[in-house]
Amino acid sequence: MNLMDVVKEKYAAENSLPDFKAGDTITVHYKIKEGSKERIQQFRGTVLQRRGNGNTETFTVRKMSGNVGVERIFPSASPFIDKIDINKRGRVRRARIFYLRKLTGKRARIQEKKY
Amino acid sequence: MTSIYDADGKNIPCTVIQAGPCVVTQVKSEDSDGYAAVQLAFDDKKEKNTPAAMKGHFAKAKTTPKRKVIELKGFVKDWKPGDVITVDYFNNDIWLDVSGITKGKGFQGVVKRHNFSGVNDATHGQHNRNRAPGSLGASSYPSRVFKGMRMAGQTGGKKVKILNLRVMKIIPENNLLILKGSVPGSNGSYLIIEK
Repeated sequence: MNLMDVVKEKYAAENSLPDFKAGDTITVHYKIKEGSKERIQQFRGTVLQRRGNGNTETFTVRKMSGNVGVERIFPSASPFIDKIDINKRGRVRRARIFYLRKLTGKRARIQEKKY
Repeated sequence: MTSIYDADGKNIPCTVIQAGPCVVTQVKSEDSDGYAAVQLAFDDKKEKNTPAAMKGHFAKAKTTPKRKVIELKGFVKDWKPGDVITVDYFNNDIWLDVSGITKGKGFQGVVKRHNFSGVNDATHGQHNRNRAPGSLGASSYPSRVFKGMRMAGQTGGKKVKILNLRVMKIIPENNLLILKGSVPGSNGSYLIIEK
């Protein structure tokens, strides 16, 4: 018996995210605590990668803020994630699209997936 | 190790430990053995891998053969052979001490063993001083190296006790104990958990 699997299963049920992967454009609604107040902020961008598994999984979202690229790493199991909207499904060939960091303008576009 | 979130949403690093079921296989007393102790057995093993003498020993306590048998002193409660200690034993505890054998690192220099800083790039042109210990002491007085001077040597592989690890969660169905922080030893090694 793998002890880690037992713990993983225990916590998996508490937090279930929609199915998304690298290349998708998502909006993460996350809670921010300011003193005693709590408010929800949104972060919209392209998913660069999902890494890890179970309770320690994280995903990286990149967006362009003006001319500057901003990346945020969210732990998937974090209780501060309110919800995640999937805005676009991107067609990429890799599970981790770090090459996107070097691209700007029209080259940084990702083809939308057609079903 | 893994991590879980506490009530405040903080991500806490944790270790998952299987604490039990431990079977009491023998109770030693002042009268019969000269000292009081309780012998615990943990982790099933196959009967064919068990010596006949140990088979008889486990049969006495009416249990299956176990891999690890240790003696512990200082129990407040009176145990009888055949009793089973599960993770519920720690139900009311917040802090626990854990001891085990640390991972063996072999013969290591002073940088790894005693956290010396080394000299990094300030070697003044010498080619092999990067991780050297430096001076061992003064010269004509004392004309010797003091005992206990920190030097290179065997690192790890010794018994260490970590005090006051916080209990994050107890999963009674699988006898799992989740403690905050790390414990000595590699994955799958044996630990002694004390109240």
